[in-house]
Amino acid sequence: MKTMSYTEALREALAAEMKRDDCVILLGEDIGRYGGAFGVTRSLLDRFGPQRVINTPISELSFVGAAVGAAMMGMRPVVEIMFMDFITLAMDPIVNMAAKLRYVFGDQARCPLVIRTVAGGGRCYGPTHSQSLEAWFVHTPGLKVVAPSTPADAQGLLISAIRDDNPVIFIEHKMLYNTKGPVPVPACRPVPFGRARRISRGSHITIVSWSWMACQTEIAAAMLREEGIEADAMDMRTLSPLDIEAVVESVKLTGRLLIVQEACRTGGVAAEIAARVFEAAHDYLNAPIRRVAGPDVPLSASPVLENAAMPDAERIVAAAMELVNFR
Amino acid sequence: MKKANRATLIGYYRTMVVIRRFEEAVEQLFARGVIRGTTHPSSGQEAVAVGSCAALGKNDYITSTHRGHGHFIARGADPRRIMAELFGKSSGYSHGRGGSQIMADFRLGFLGSNGITGSGLAIATGAGLAMKLQGRRSVVLCFFGDGAASQGTFHESLNMASLWKLPVIYLCENNLYAMSSPVAETVSVPHIAQRAEAYGMKGVIVDGNDVLAVRDAVAQSCFRARNGNGPELIECKTYRLSGHSRGDPRIYRTREEEALWHQRDPILRFRTWLIDNGFLDKAEAKKIESGAARIVASAVRFARTSSDPDPDAMCRGLFA
Ligand SMILES: Cc1ncc(C[n+]2csc(CCOP(=O)(O)OP(=O)(O)O)c2C)c(N)n1
Ligand SMILES: [Mg+2]
Repeated sequence: MKTMSYTEALREALAAEMKRDDCVILLGEDIGRYGGAFGVTRSLLDRFGPQRVINTPISELSFVGAAVGAAMMGMRPVVEIMFMDFITLAMDPIVNMAAKLRYVFGDQARCPLVIRTVAGGGRCYGPTHSQSLEAWFVHTPGLKVVAPSTPADAQGLLISAIRDDNPVIFIEHKMLYNTKGPVPVPACRPVPFGRARRISRGSHITIVSWSWMACQTEIAAAMLREEGIEADAMDMRTLSPLDIEAVVESVKLTGRLLIVQEACRTGGVAAEIAARVFEAAHDYLNAPIRRVAGPDVPLSASPVLENAAMPDAERIVAAAMELVNFR
Repeated sequence: MKKANRATLIGYYRTMVVIRRFEEAVEQLFARGVIRGTTHPSSGQEAVAVGSCAALGKNDYITSTHRGHGHFIARGADPRRIMAELFGKSSGYSHGRGGSQIMADFRLGFLGSNGITGSGLAIATGAGLAMKLQGRRSVVLCFFGDGAASQGTFHESLNMASLWKLPVIYLCENNLYAMSSPVAETVSVPHIAQRAEAYGMKGVIVDGNDVLAVRDAVAQSCFRARNGNGPELIECKTYRLSGHSRGDPRIYRTREEEALWHQRDPILRFRTWLIDNGFLDKAEAKKIESGAARIVASAVRFARTSSDPDPDAMCRGLFA
């Protein structure tokens, strides 16, 4: 094991896969010498050259579309969308092409495409640079959706994403880039999709989350332990496929479920998890399923407003306490 | 060159200096961690903002970009409320909801700065359509960058505006870079204005560091657009003297290139021109400059002492 940052772990995964497979190419705005807005691709231009690290104009619709076309022809493009908010401009090739290619064209078609993008608030970047839009893609059959919270998972899941023959929306979080953690060395190892990671074991309450909220959940679980509450906390890691069995198993033991999502409440992935757990295990529930989620408004730039809107460890603890005390 | 009277010319100079001082103050406040989030300073591009706004009438409209402080100040916005927005305060133009990239004042005809590269192009087109349908003689001035000219919406908007003969002036601030990308690596022709021809409209190239040249070019385009001749594309060649946004190490360009453009600083150029032509003397210039510094200091004071927005009201105002 070696300690590295989330950014470094992502970069190592990209470099390792580019070395392993010449078909892996990178496309995106300012990803060359500049290394991308968050520095993930720094040094890769020098290592792999401009044929494989391709700086694009600001043309999200068409460079994502072009990546779909290149993927159809056997390349394995990894596209960077600087902020997830800008993925709105590329919805057509993602939703109408990439997601449906295999289903409609059958065996002849394959779309090994990864779209790396940056979601979330916490930096006061305002309404159009802070959104968490994962639910849209989970709602689109044919896409895989990944949202790692640790450097090890960022690395392992990115490797799996690149090796996958299907389109993957790979969601990073701007608060995570500088976080550090142990990563397996020397070789980068793939982490399989569809398996949640246990953050802490406990029998009083199940708490599930992903991305930056998984870090908040980890802090919350430690705070709850101080109060004598043992939380069975899980990082979903991939939202499509979703490891609902792990959540159901846990709920069968704890009888209580809290779901934490940063995105606004309505129509989110938390609602989907709640529905599936209720369908599979309603008679095990000793309390209503609860969500800690962002409010149904855009995220403001003002630190005071952003802070008020974003779920954090304290709010998770408060909601968990209420659930545990529910009779 | 049509010369306006002395007071008008000095007014341009004053506004340009206010914009520069404002951006310098913002950069310092970010560096000191007093304001959070991000910002895109427009230092070096003041002649575009001031020159083009000088050509507009009070019933005309503007759409702006992520680099919009200068446009907004040039249109007559209150620097105090812009600064308050940057501080995330309730007295800011967007009550702390928008931040540096998202402000508007419809009473000034300022339809908003914008965090999405290229977004303003279609909005301006639609505003132009409304002007036409409502039979008004207003024009819409659409600011956008060289980077935004690579978005599909640039091409789609110009096509529609030309087809429908809309009163829209598409004004490209070509500052030679989109973030770290030099324009030669993102645009397939030497001049963005050349693209006008593809859409059947007039394209004009202007020295964007010459405030009077910008004003005159925009005034002529406005005149034609107002009289039903349809949209035009103006490309202002300029340079941003600061980094792209806060904390940009500027590894993608040389210090020599920057030094060259510092010599072409639109404010120094206009100052020299005003003095050489007897519109201004050094003492007056100094007075204007210290006046600008006072305006900015008072904006910072206003922002600092304003109250934070109320989190309890956060969910209000989503719908009309
Ligand atoms: C759709 C979209 N893509 C990317 C960005 C990130 N971004 C913000 S400004 C910018 C560069 C814009 O360049 P240009 O249009 O030339 O304007 P300038 O910054 O030079 O004023 C980029 C890539 C964005 N805000 N929106
Ligand atoms: Mg530019």
